[in-house]
Amino acid sequence: MDITLQQVSYAYAKNTPFEKRALFDVNLDIPSGSYQAIIGHTGSGKSTVLQHLNALLKPTEGSIKIGDVLVKADQKNKHLRKVRQKVGIVFQFPEHQLFDETVLKDIMFGPMNFGVPAEEAKSRAIELSRLLGLPEEVLEKSPFDLSGGQMRRVAIAGVLAMNPEVLVLDEPTAGLDPRGRKEIMDLFYRLHQEKGLTTVLVTHSMEDAARYADRIAIMHDGKCVLEGTPQEIFENEERLLDYRLELPQCVKFQKKVEQMMGKKLPTICLTEEKLAEELARLMKEEREV
Amino acid sequence: MKSEIISLQEVTFTYTEEEKNIRPAVDNVSFTIYEGEWVAIVGHNGSGKSTLARLMNGLLFPQKGTVRIFGETLNEQNLWETRSQMGMVFQNPDNQFVGATVQDDVAFALENNGIPFEEMVERVQQSIEKVNMSSFMNSEPHHLSGGQKQRVAIAGAIALQPRILLLDEATSMLDPQGREEVLSIVRKLREETDLTVISITHDLEEALLADRIIMMNQGEKYAVGSPEEIFLRGQELVDLGLDLPFAMNVSRLLRDQGIELVAEHMSEEELVNDLWTSHFNK
Repeated sequence: MDITLQQVSYAYAKNTPFEKRALFDVNLDIPSGSYQAIIGHTGSGKSTVLQHLNALLKPTEGSIKIGDVLVKADQKNKHLRKVRQKVGIVFQFPEHQLFDETVLKDIMFGPMNFGVPAEEAKSRAIELSRLLGLPEEVLEKSPFDLSGGQMRRVAIAGVLAMNPEVLVLDEPTAGLDPRGRKEIMDLFYRLHQEKGLTTVLVTHSMEDAARYADRIAIMHDGKCVLEGTPQEIFENEERLLDYRLELPQCVKFQKKVEQMMGKKLPTICLTEEKLAEELARLMKEEREV
Repeated sequence: MKSEIISLQEVTFTYTEEEKNIRPAVDNVSFTIYEGEWVAIVGHNGSGKSTLARLMNGLLFPQKGTVRIFGETLNEQNLWETRSQMGMVFQNPDNQFVGATVQDDVAFALENNGIPFEEMVERVQQSIEKVNMSSFMNSEPHHLSGGQKQRVAIAGAIALQPRILLLDEATSMLDPQGREEVLSIVRKLREETDLTVISITHDLEEALLADRIIMMNQGEKYAVGSPEEIFLRGQELVDLGLDLPFAMNVSRLLRDQGIELVAEHMSEEELVNDLWTSHFNK
Protein backbone atom coordinates (compact mmCIF):
# COMPACT_ATOMS: atom_id res chain seq x y z
CA MET A 1 0.00 0.00 0.00
CA ASP A 2 1.57 3.30 -1.12
CA ILE A 3 1.35 6.36 1.07
CA THR A 4 1.79 9.79 -0.47
CA LEU A 5 1.81 13.09 1.36
CA GLN A 6 1.02 15.98 -0.97
CA GLN A 7 1.75 19.50 0.25
CA VAL A 8 0.57 18.60 3.72
CA SER A 9 0.31 21.41 6.24
CA TYR A 10 -1.04 21.00 9.72
CA ALA A 11 -1.92 23.46 12.47
CA TYR A 12 -2.84 22.41 15.99
CA ALA A 13 -5.88 24.22 17.46
CA LYS A 14 -6.65 25.88 14.15
CA ASN A 15 -8.79 29.05 14.25
CA THR A 16 -8.18 29.59 17.94
CA PRO A 17 -5.77 32.03 19.63
CA PHE A 18 -3.57 29.00 20.38
CA GLU A 19 -3.14 27.99 16.74
CA LYS A 20 0.28 26.51 16.18
CA ARG A 21 1.60 25.45 12.80
CA ALA A 22 3.40 22.13 13.05
CA LEU A 23 3.81 21.11 9.40
CA PHE A 24 4.49 23.18 6.31
CA ASP A 25 4.01 21.86 2.81
CA VAL A 26 5.35 18.36 3.41
CA ASN A 27 5.76 16.08 0.39
CA LEU A 28 6.75 12.47 0.96
CA ASP A 29 6.33 9.30 -1.06
CA ILE A 30 6.38 5.98 0.78
CA PRO A 31 6.10 3.23 -1.83
CA SER A 32 4.58 -0.13 -0.93
CA GLY A 33 7.13 -2.53 0.53
CA SER A 34 9.75 0.10 1.38
CA TYR A 35 11.44 0.81 4.71
CA GLN A 36 11.30 4.55 5.33
CA ALA A 37 12.98 6.25 8.26
CA ILE A 38 11.91 9.70 9.43
CA ILE A 39 14.53 11.48 11.50
CA GLY A 40 14.68 14.94 13.01
CA HIS A 41 15.41 16.86 16.15
CA THR A 42 12.85 16.96 18.99
CA GLY A 43 10.02 19.28 17.91
CA SER A 44 10.82 18.94 14.20
CA GLY A 45 7.36 17.61 13.33
CA LYS A 46 8.17 13.88 13.12
CA SER A 47 5.36 12.83 15.43
CA THR A 48 2.84 15.06 13.68
CA VAL A 49 3.71 13.42 10.37
CA LEU A 50 3.35 10.02 12.02
CA GLN A 51 -0.18 10.74 13.16
CA HIS A 52 -1.16 11.57 9.59
CA LEU A 53 -0.09 8.16 8.35
CA ASN A 54 -3.29 6.52 9.55
CA ALA A 55 -5.40 9.68 9.56
CA LEU A 56 -5.41 10.24 13.32
CA LEU A 57 -4.75 13.78 12.19
CA LYS A 58 -6.09 15.15 8.92
CA PRO A 59 -4.08 17.77 7.09
CA THR A 60 -5.36 21.32 7.45
CA GLU A 61 -4.09 21.89 3.91
CA GLY A 62 -3.01 19.47 1.21
CA SER A 63 -3.84 15.78 1.19
CA ILE A 64 -2.52 12.37 1.99
CA LYS A 65 -3.21 9.28 -0.07
CA ILE A 66 -3.17 6.05 1.92
CA GLY A 67 -3.67 3.15 -0.49
CA ASP A 68 -6.77 4.19 -2.42
CA VAL A 69 -8.17 6.46 0.29
CA LEU A 70 -7.59 10.18 -0.08
CA VAL A 71 -7.53 12.03 3.24
CA LYS A 72 -8.24 15.76 3.27
CA ALA A 73 -9.33 18.32 5.84
CA ASP A 74 -13.06 17.83 5.26
CA GLN A 75 -12.96 14.02 5.06
CA LYS A 76 -15.66 12.18 6.99
CA ASN A 77 -14.26 9.80 9.58
CA LYS A 78 -16.33 6.79 8.54
CA HIS A 79 -14.16 6.25 5.47
CA LEU A 80 -11.09 6.03 7.62
CA ARG A 81 -11.84 2.77 9.39
CA LYS A 82 -10.22 0.74 6.63
CA VAL A 83 -7.11 2.91 6.81
CA ARG A 84 -6.78 2.43 10.54
CA GLN A 85 -6.92 -1.34 10.10
CA LYS A 86 -4.27 -1.41 7.43
CA VAL A 87 -1.83 1.02 8.98
CA GLY A 88 -0.70 -0.20 12.39
CA ILE A 89 1.05 2.29 14.64
CA VAL A 90 3.34 1.24 17.47
CA PHE A 91 3.48 4.38 19.60
CA GLN A 92 6.24 5.29 22.02
CA PHE A 93 5.95 3.22 25.18
CA PRO A 94 3.08 1.19 23.71
CA GLU A 95 2.86 -0.88 26.91
CA HIS A 96 0.99 2.08 28.45
CA GLN A 97 -1.94 1.06 26.26
CA LEU A 98 -2.27 -2.48 27.62
CA PHE A 99 -5.54 -2.89 29.48
CA ASP A 100 -7.09 -6.36 29.32
CA GLU A 101 -7.19 -9.11 31.93
CA THR A 102 -4.86 -11.48 30.14
CA VAL A 103 -2.15 -11.15 27.54
CA LEU A 104 -4.16 -13.33 25.15
CA LYS A 105 -7.28 -11.12 25.42
CA ASP A 106 -5.21 -8.00 25.01
CA ILE A 107 -3.63 -9.21 21.76
CA MET A 108 -7.04 -10.43 20.48
CA PHE A 109 -8.80 -7.14 21.20
CA GLY A 110 -7.74 -5.25 18.09
CA PRO A 111 -8.64 -7.84 15.46
CA MET A 112 -11.95 -8.71 17.17
CA ASN A 113 -12.84 -5.05 17.23
CA PHE A 114 -12.54 -5.14 13.45
CA GLY A 115 -14.78 -8.20 13.19
CA VAL A 116 -12.26 -11.03 13.08
CA PRO A 117 -13.82 -14.21 14.61
CA ALA A 118 -12.55 -15.11 18.08
CA GLU A 119 -10.98 -18.40 16.93
CA GLU A 120 -8.89 -16.70 14.29
CA ALA A 121 -7.92 -13.83 16.58
CA LYS A 122 -6.78 -16.42 19.10
CA SER A 123 -4.65 -18.35 16.65
CA ARG A 124 -3.07 -15.09 15.46
CA ALA A 125 -2.30 -14.14 19.06
CA ILE A 126 -0.63 -17.49 19.74
CA GLU A 127 1.41 -17.35 16.55
CA LEU A 128 2.51 -13.77 17.23
CA SER A 129 3.50 -14.40 20.82
CA ARG A 130 5.74 -17.18 19.53
CA LEU A 131 7.20 -14.88 16.85
CA LEU A 132 7.94 -12.22 19.47
CA GLY A 133 9.62 -14.70 21.78
CA LEU A 134 6.99 -14.61 24.54
CA PRO A 135 6.82 -17.88 26.54
CA GLU A 136 3.46 -19.64 26.16
CA GLU A 137 2.55 -19.51 29.85
CA VAL A 138 2.55 -15.70 29.59
CA LEU A 139 -0.65 -15.74 27.51
CA GLU A 140 -2.89 -16.42 30.50
CA LYS A 141 -1.13 -13.93 32.77
CA SER A 142 -2.15 -10.34 33.38
CA PRO A 143 -0.06 -8.09 31.11
CA PHE A 144 0.68 -5.96 34.18
CA ASP A 145 2.61 -8.78 35.84
CA LEU A 146 5.18 -8.91 33.05
CA SER A 147 8.57 -7.24 32.83
CA GLY A 148 8.90 -4.03 30.83
CA GLY A 149 10.49 -5.83 27.88
CA GLN A 150 7.71 -8.44 27.76
CA MET A 151 4.97 -5.81 28.05
CA ARG A 152 6.51 -4.04 25.04
CA ARG A 153 6.34 -7.28 23.06
CA VAL A 154 2.70 -7.88 23.99
CA ALA A 155 1.80 -4.35 22.86
CA ILE A 156 3.61 -4.89 19.55
CA ALA A 157 1.84 -8.24 19.08
CA GLY A 158 -1.47 -6.41 19.56
CA VAL A 159 -0.66 -4.12 16.63
CA LEU A 160 0.63 -6.95 14.41
CA ALA A 161 -2.52 -8.98 15.16
CA MET A 162 -4.46 -6.56 12.96
CA ASN A 163 -2.43 -7.88 9.99
CA PRO A 164 -1.48 -4.36 8.93
CA GLU A 165 -0.01 -3.71 5.51
CA VAL A 166 1.94 -0.76 6.82
CA LEU A 167 3.71 -0.71 10.18
CA VAL A 168 4.57 2.67 11.67
CA LEU A 169 7.05 2.63 14.54
CA ASP A 170 7.61 5.58 16.87
CA GLU A 171 10.87 5.03 18.76
CA PRO A 172 9.90 1.40 19.32
CA THR A 173 12.92 0.48 21.44
CA ALA A 174 13.11 3.48 23.82
CA GLY A 175 13.91 2.31 27.33
CA LEU A 176 14.84 -1.26 26.36
CA ASP A 177 18.24 -2.75 27.13
CA PRO A 178 20.70 -3.30 24.26
CA ARG A 179 19.75 -6.91 23.63
CA GLY A 180 16.02 -6.18 23.70
CA ARG A 181 16.59 -3.28 21.33
CA LYS A 182 18.43 -5.40 18.81
CA GLU A 183 15.96 -8.30 19.01
CA ILE A 184 12.99 -6.04 18.36
CA MET A 185 14.64 -4.07 15.54
CA ASP A 186 15.77 -7.30 13.89
CA LEU A 187 12.24 -8.70 14.19
CA PHE A 188 10.72 -5.66 12.46
CA TYR A 189 13.30 -5.99 9.72
CA ARG A 190 12.48 -9.67 9.25
CA LEU A 191 8.74 -8.89 9.01
CA HIS A 192 9.56 -6.17 6.51
CA GLN A 193 11.56 -8.58 4.36
CA GLU A 194 9.54 -11.79 4.71
CA LYS A 195 6.03 -10.33 4.58
CA GLY A 196 6.87 -7.30 2.45
CA LEU A 197 5.49 -5.12 5.25
CA THR A 198 5.87 -1.42 4.43
CA THR A 199 7.70 0.00 7.43
CA VAL A 200 8.00 3.59 8.64
CA LEU A 201 10.45 4.16 11.48
CA VAL A 202 10.40 7.45 13.38
CA THR A 203 13.61 7.62 15.38
CA HIS A 204 16.34 9.65 17.05
CA SER A 205 18.82 6.89 16.35
CA MET A 206 20.92 7.66 13.29
CA GLU A 207 22.40 4.19 13.72
CA ASP A 208 19.03 2.45 13.31
CA ALA A 209 18.08 4.67 10.37
CA ALA A 210 21.41 3.87 8.68
CA ARG A 211 21.23 0.15 9.35
CA TYR A 212 17.65 -0.65 8.44
CA ALA A 213 16.08 1.97 6.18
CA ASP A 214 15.98 2.05 2.36
CA ARG A 215 15.22 5.74 2.43
CA ILE A 216 15.45 8.49 5.02
CA ALA A 217 13.48 11.72 5.31
CA ILE A 218 14.70 14.55 7.53
CA MET A 219 12.15 16.77 9.25
CA HIS A 220 13.21 20.21 10.45
CA ASP A 221 10.98 23.03 11.74
CA GLY A 222 7.90 21.31 10.37
CA LYS A 223 9.29 20.85 6.89
CA CYS A 224 10.63 17.81 5.11
CA VAL A 225 14.03 19.25 4.22
CA LEU A 226 15.89 16.28 2.81
CA GLU A 227 14.97 12.86 1.47
CA GLY A 228 17.16 10.16 0.01
CA THR A 229 18.99 6.88 0.50
CA PRO A 230 21.04 6.52 3.70
CA GLN A 231 24.18 6.91 1.57
CA GLU A 232 22.94 10.24 0.22
CA ILE A 233 21.71 11.48 3.58
CA PHE A 234 24.90 10.71 5.49
CA GLU A 235 27.22 12.05 2.81
CA ASN A 236 26.86 15.62 3.92
CA GLU A 237 27.73 16.15 7.57
CA GLU A 238 27.44 19.94 7.52
CA ARG A 239 23.93 19.82 6.24
CA LEU A 240 22.96 17.39 9.01
CA LEU A 241 24.45 19.73 11.60
CA ASP A 242 22.23 22.53 10.26
CA TYR A 243 19.29 20.32 11.18
CA ARG A 244 20.84 19.57 14.58
CA LEU A 245 21.47 15.96 13.65
CA GLU A 246 24.67 13.96 13.70
CA LEU A 247 26.23 11.24 11.62
CA PRO A 248 25.79 7.65 12.79
CA GLN A 249 28.64 6.64 15.07
CA CYS A 250 30.23 4.35 12.52
CA VAL A 251 30.22 6.99 9.78
CA LYS A 252 31.83 9.42 12.24
CA PHE A 253 34.46 6.83 12.99
CA GLN A 254 35.00 6.17 9.29
CA LYS A 255 35.75 9.88 8.84
CA LYS A 256 38.32 9.83 11.63
CA VAL A 257 40.08 6.84 10.08
CA GLU A 258 39.96 8.40 6.62
CA GLN A 259 41.49 11.58 7.94
CA MET A 260 44.26 9.62 9.61
CA MET A 261 45.01 7.61 6.45
CA GLY A 262 44.66 10.53 4.10
CA LYS A 263 42.44 8.48 1.81
CA LYS A 264 38.80 7.60 1.48
CA LEU A 265 36.98 4.30 1.59
CA PRO A 266 35.01 3.63 -1.61
CA THR A 267 31.64 3.91 0.12
CA ILE A 268 29.96 5.31 3.23
CA CYS A 269 29.73 2.40 5.68
CA LEU A 270 26.32 2.33 7.32
CA THR A 271 27.04 -0.51 9.74
CA GLU A 272 29.99 -1.50 11.88
CA GLU A 273 30.21 -4.83 10.01
CA LYS A 274 30.55 -3.07 6.67
CA LEU A 275 33.14 -0.68 8.09
CA ALA A 276 35.30 -3.53 9.42
CA GLU A 277 35.04 -5.28 6.05
CA GLU A 278 36.09 -2.20 4.06
CA LEU A 279 38.95 -1.39 6.44
CA ALA A 280 40.24 -4.95 6.26
CA ARG A 281 40.12 -4.86 2.47
CA LEU A 282 42.05 -1.61 2.38
CA MET A 283 44.71 -2.89 4.77
CA LYS A 284 45.27 -5.98 2.72
CA GLU A 285 45.72 -3.84 -0.38
CA GLU A 286 48.22 -1.63 1.47
CA ARG A 287 50.21 -4.65 2.50
CA GLU A 288 50.41 -5.92 -1.06
CA VAL A 289 51.66 -2.63 -2.47
CA MET B 1 40.90 6.09 52.16
CA LYS B 2 37.73 7.88 51.19
CA SER B 3 34.77 7.71 53.51
CA GLU B 4 31.79 5.49 52.90
CA ILE B 5 28.59 7.22 51.76
CA ILE B 6 26.26 4.33 50.90
CA SER B 7 26.70 0.73 51.86
CA LEU B 8 24.43 -2.24 51.18
CA GLN B 9 24.93 -5.40 53.19
CA GLU B 10 23.40 -8.66 52.00
CA VAL B 11 20.30 -6.87 50.78
CA THR B 12 17.42 -8.97 49.50
CA PHE B 13 14.14 -7.58 48.25
CA THR B 14 11.19 -9.33 46.65
CA TYR B 15 7.98 -7.74 45.36
CA THR B 16 6.03 -11.00 45.70
CA GLU B 17 6.67 -12.18 49.23
CA GLU B 18 3.97 -14.85 49.20
CA GLU B 19 5.25 -16.58 46.04
CA LYS B 20 8.36 -18.49 47.00
CA ASN B 21 9.23 -19.79 43.53
CA ILE B 22 9.86 -16.34 42.04
CA ARG B 23 13.42 -15.08 42.39
CA PRO B 24 13.86 -11.89 44.41
CA ALA B 25 14.24 -8.65 42.43
CA VAL B 26 17.43 -8.00 44.40
CA ASP B 27 19.18 -11.03 45.80
CA ASN B 28 21.80 -10.83 48.55
CA VAL B 29 23.56 -7.76 47.17
CA SER B 30 26.42 -6.02 49.01
CA PHE B 31 28.51 -3.06 47.90
CA THR B 32 29.91 0.22 49.18
CA ILE B 33 29.99 3.57 47.43
CA TYR B 34 32.49 6.19 48.63
CA GLU B 35 32.14 9.94 48.95
CA GLY B 36 32.87 11.77 45.70
CA GLU B 37 32.67 8.70 43.46
CA TRP B 38 30.72 8.34 40.23
CA VAL B 39 29.30 4.85 40.19
CA ALA B 40 27.26 3.45 37.31
CA ILE B 41 24.89 0.58 37.99
CA VAL B 42 24.29 -1.35 34.77
CA GLY B 43 22.30 -4.44 33.82
CA HIS B 44 19.61 -5.73 31.47
CA ASN B 45 15.89 -4.91 31.86
CA GLY B 46 14.70 -6.69 34.99
CA SER B 47 18.20 -7.14 36.44
CA GLY B 48 17.28 -5.27 39.62
CA LYS B 49 18.87 -1.87 38.87
CA SER B 50 15.79 0.23 39.52
CA THR B 51 14.88 -1.77 42.62
CA LEU B 52 18.35 -0.93 43.94
CA ALA B 53 17.64 2.76 43.35
CA ARG B 54 14.39 2.50 45.32
CA LEU B 55 16.17 0.70 48.14
CA MET B 56 18.83 3.40 48.30
CA ASN B 57 16.33 6.23 48.68
CA GLY B 58 13.97 4.43 51.02
CA LEU B 59 11.05 4.04 48.62
CA LEU B 60 11.46 0.35 49.45
CA PHE B 61 12.94 -1.37 52.48
CA PRO B 62 14.75 -4.70 52.19
CA GLN B 63 13.28 -7.89 53.66
CA LYS B 64 16.81 -9.00 54.50
CA GLY B 65 20.04 -7.09 55.00
CA THR B 66 20.64 -3.39 55.65
CA VAL B 67 21.06 -0.21 53.64
CA ARG B 68 23.44 2.21 55.35
CA ILE B 69 23.58 5.84 54.23
CA PHE B 70 25.97 8.40 55.73
CA GLY B 71 26.91 5.71 58.25
CA GLU B 72 23.38 5.12 59.54
CA THR B 73 21.02 2.29 58.74
CA LEU B 74 18.14 3.67 56.70
CA ASN B 75 14.80 3.38 58.54
CA GLU B 76 11.42 5.09 58.71
CA GLN B 77 12.71 7.56 61.30
CA ASN B 78 15.75 8.95 59.50
CA LEU B 79 14.28 8.54 56.01
CA TRP B 80 13.30 12.17 55.48
CA GLU B 81 16.54 13.56 56.82
CA THR B 82 18.46 11.16 54.56
CA ARG B 83 16.39 11.92 51.49
CA SER B 84 16.99 15.65 51.87
CA GLN B 85 20.67 14.85 51.26
CA MET B 86 19.92 12.92 48.10
CA GLY B 87 18.85 14.49 44.81
CA MET B 88 17.01 12.24 42.40
CA VAL B 89 16.38 12.54 38.68
CA PHE B 90 14.08 10.00 37.05
CA GLN B 91 13.63 8.65 33.56
CA ASN B 92 10.69 10.65 32.27
CA PRO B 93 11.32 14.41 32.35
CA ASP B 94 7.60 15.16 32.04
CA ASN B 95 6.67 13.36 35.24
CA GLN B 96 8.69 15.50 37.62
CA PHE B 97 7.60 19.08 37.06
CA VAL B 98 5.39 20.99 39.47
CA GLY B 99 6.29 24.64 38.90
CA ALA B 100 4.79 26.91 36.25
CA THR B 101 8.23 28.30 35.36
CA VAL B 102 11.74 26.92 35.51
CA GLN B 103 12.63 28.96 38.58
CA ASP B 104 9.40 28.10 40.42
CA ASP B 105 10.08 24.47 39.76
CA VAL B 106 13.61 24.61 41.09
CA ALA B 107 12.37 26.54 44.14
CA PHE B 108 9.69 23.97 44.97
CA ALA B 109 11.80 21.59 47.04
CA LEU B 110 13.54 24.47 48.81
CA GLU B 111 10.22 25.94 49.84
CA ASN B 112 9.13 22.51 51.07
CA ASN B 113 12.25 22.32 53.15
CA GLY B 114 11.63 25.74 54.71
CA ILE B 115 14.65 27.52 53.28
CA PRO B 116 14.41 31.30 53.99
CA PHE B 117 13.31 33.38 51.00
CA GLU B 118 16.55 35.35 50.54
CA GLU B 119 18.64 32.21 50.50
CA MET B 120 16.15 30.43 48.28
CA VAL B 121 16.41 33.08 45.58
CA GLU B 122 20.17 32.79 45.62
CA ARG B 123 20.26 29.01 45.53
CA VAL B 124 17.72 28.85 42.71
CA GLN B 125 19.83 31.19 40.61
CA GLN B 126 23.03 29.35 41.35
CA SER B 127 21.58 25.93 40.58
CA ILE B 128 20.07 27.08 37.31
CA GLU B 129 23.39 28.66 36.39
CA LYS B 130 25.22 25.41 37.12
CA VAL B 131 23.13 23.54 34.56
CA ASN B 132 23.52 26.37 31.99
CA MET B 133 19.82 27.24 31.94
CA SER B 134 19.97 30.88 33.13
CA SER B 135 18.35 32.21 29.97
CA PHE B 136 15.30 30.02 30.62
CA MET B 137 14.52 31.15 34.21
CA ASN B 138 10.96 32.16 33.35
CA SER B 139 10.21 29.61 30.63
CA GLU B 140 7.51 27.03 31.09
CA PRO B 141 9.12 23.65 31.71
CA HIS B 142 6.79 21.95 29.24
CA HIS B 143 8.13 24.04 26.38
CA LEU B 144 11.71 22.87 26.87
CA SER B 145 13.47 20.08 25.02
CA GLY B 146 14.03 16.75 26.77
CA GLY B 147 17.66 17.53 27.57
CA GLN B 148 16.74 20.95 28.92
CA LYS B 149 14.00 19.45 31.08
CA GLN B 150 16.40 16.96 32.61
CA ARG B 151 18.88 19.78 33.26
CA VAL B 152 16.15 21.67 35.12
CA ALA B 153 15.38 18.49 37.07
CA ILE B 154 19.08 18.29 38.00
CA ALA B 155 19.00 21.97 39.06
CA GLY B 156 16.03 21.18 41.31
CA ALA B 157 17.95 18.28 42.82
CA ILE B 158 21.20 20.16 43.45
CA ALA B 159 19.44 23.26 44.85
CA LEU B 160 18.98 21.19 48.00
CA GLN B 161 22.77 20.88 48.14
CA PRO B 162 22.64 17.11 48.40
CA ARG B 163 25.67 14.92 48.98
CA ILE B 164 24.40 12.32 46.53
CA LEU B 165 22.84 12.69 43.09
CA LEU B 166 20.96 9.60 41.94
CA LEU B 167 20.15 9.41 38.22
CA ASP B 168 17.67 6.63 37.47
CA GLU B 169 17.92 6.14 33.69
CA ALA B 170 17.83 9.92 33.44
CA THR B 171 19.09 9.94 29.85
CA SER B 172 17.21 6.97 28.41
CA MET B 173 14.32 8.96 26.95
CA LEU B 174 16.48 11.71 25.46
CA ASP B 175 17.73 12.21 21.94
CA PRO B 176 21.52 12.06 21.41
CA GLN B 177 22.02 15.81 21.95
CA GLY B 178 19.88 15.78 25.08
CA ARG B 179 21.91 12.91 26.45
CA GLU B 180 25.15 14.70 25.75
CA GLU B 181 23.84 17.90 27.42
CA VAL B 182 22.91 16.04 30.59
CA LEU B 183 26.15 14.07 30.77
CA SER B 184 28.31 17.14 30.25
CA ILE B 185 26.45 18.89 33.09
CA VAL B 186 27.08 15.93 35.38
CA ARG B 187 30.78 15.97 34.42
CA LYS B 188 30.92 19.69 35.13
CA LEU B 189 29.24 19.32 38.53
CA ARG B 190 31.73 16.65 39.45
CA GLU B 191 34.64 18.90 38.57
CA GLU B 192 33.25 21.79 40.62
CA THR B 193 31.95 19.91 43.67
CA ASP B 194 32.58 16.65 45.51
CA LEU B 195 29.10 15.38 44.72
CA THR B 196 28.70 11.60 44.73
CA VAL B 197 26.91 10.47 41.55
CA ILE B 198 25.09 7.17 41.15
CA SER B 199 23.77 6.61 37.66
CA ILE B 200 21.55 3.72 36.79
CA THR B 201 21.75 3.12 33.09
CA HIS B 202 22.08 0.72 30.23
CA ASP B 203 23.79 3.26 28.07
CA LEU B 204 27.34 1.98 28.04
CA GLU B 205 28.85 5.20 26.78
CA GLU B 206 27.40 6.76 29.94
CA ALA B 207 28.80 3.96 32.09
CA LEU B 208 32.25 4.54 30.56
CA LEU B 209 32.34 7.97 32.23
CA ALA B 210 31.98 6.51 35.74
CA ASP B 211 34.82 5.72 38.15
CA ARG B 212 33.37 2.31 38.88
CA ILE B 213 30.67 0.09 37.45
CA ILE B 214 28.44 -2.25 39.41
CA MET B 215 26.97 -4.80 37.06
CA MET B 216 23.68 -6.50 37.96
CA ASN B 217 22.32 -9.72 36.49
CA GLN B 218 19.01 -11.38 37.45
CA GLY B 219 18.89 -9.60 40.78
CA GLU B 220 22.45 -10.49 41.77
CA LYS B 221 25.59 -8.42 41.80
CA TYR B 222 27.52 -9.88 38.88
CA ALA B 223 30.70 -7.82 38.84
CA VAL B 224 32.24 -4.61 40.16
CA GLY B 225 35.20 -2.79 38.66
CA SER B 226 36.54 0.10 36.65
CA PRO B 227 34.98 0.53 33.19
CA GLU B 228 38.10 -1.08 31.67
CA GLU B 229 37.86 -4.10 33.94
CA ILE B 230 34.17 -4.55 33.23
CA PHE B 231 34.32 -4.10 29.47
CA LEU B 232 37.30 -6.39 29.04
CA ARG B 233 34.85 -9.18 29.77
CA GLY B 234 33.72 -8.73 26.18
CA GLN B 235 31.39 -11.46 24.95
CA GLU B 236 30.29 -12.21 28.51
CA LEU B 237 28.57 -8.81 28.67
CA VAL B 238 26.86 -9.38 25.35
CA ASP B 239 25.58 -12.76 26.59
CA LEU B 240 24.08 -10.97 29.59
CA GLY B 241 22.07 -8.66 27.34
CA LEU B 242 24.40 -5.67 27.42
CA ASP B 243 26.45 -4.11 24.69
CA LEU B 244 30.07 -3.10 24.30
CA PRO B 245 31.42 0.38 23.64
CA PHE B 246 31.56 1.20 19.94
CA ALA B 247 35.36 0.99 19.67
CA MET B 248 35.37 -2.49 21.19
CA ASN B 249 32.67 -3.70 18.85
CA VAL B 250 34.60 -2.46 15.84
CA SER B 251 37.82 -4.00 17.20
CA ARG B 252 36.13 -7.37 17.48
CA LEU B 253 34.78 -7.13 13.96
CA LEU B 254 38.23 -6.14 12.65
CA ARG B 255 39.78 -9.16 14.36
CA ASP B 256 37.13 -11.35 12.75
CA GLN B 257 38.39 -9.98 9.43
CA GLY B 258 41.94 -11.02 10.30
CA ILE B 259 43.20 -7.56 11.32
CA GLU B 260 45.57 -7.67 14.29
CA LEU B 261 45.31 -5.02 16.98
CA VAL B 262 47.79 -4.53 19.80
CA ALA B 263 45.25 -4.13 22.64
CA GLU B 264 41.60 -3.79 23.61
CA HIS B 265 40.33 -0.28 22.98
CA MET B 266 37.54 1.49 24.86
CA SER B 267 37.81 4.76 22.99
CA GLU B 268 37.70 5.56 19.30
CA GLU B 269 40.91 7.60 19.59
CA GLU B 270 42.88 4.61 20.87
CA LEU B 271 41.58 2.42 18.10
CA VAL B 272 42.37 4.96 15.40
CA ASN B 273 45.90 5.30 16.81
CA ASP B 274 46.39 1.56 16.88
CA LEU B 275 45.25 1.25 13.27
CA TRP B 276 47.61 4.06 12.33
CA THR B 277 50.74 2.80 14.08
CA SER B 278 50.34 -0.87 13.25
CA HIS B 279 48.92 -0.76 9.74
CA PHE B 280 49.37 2.46 7.86
CA ASN B 281 52.40 4.20 9.26
CA LYS B 282 54.96 1.83 7.73
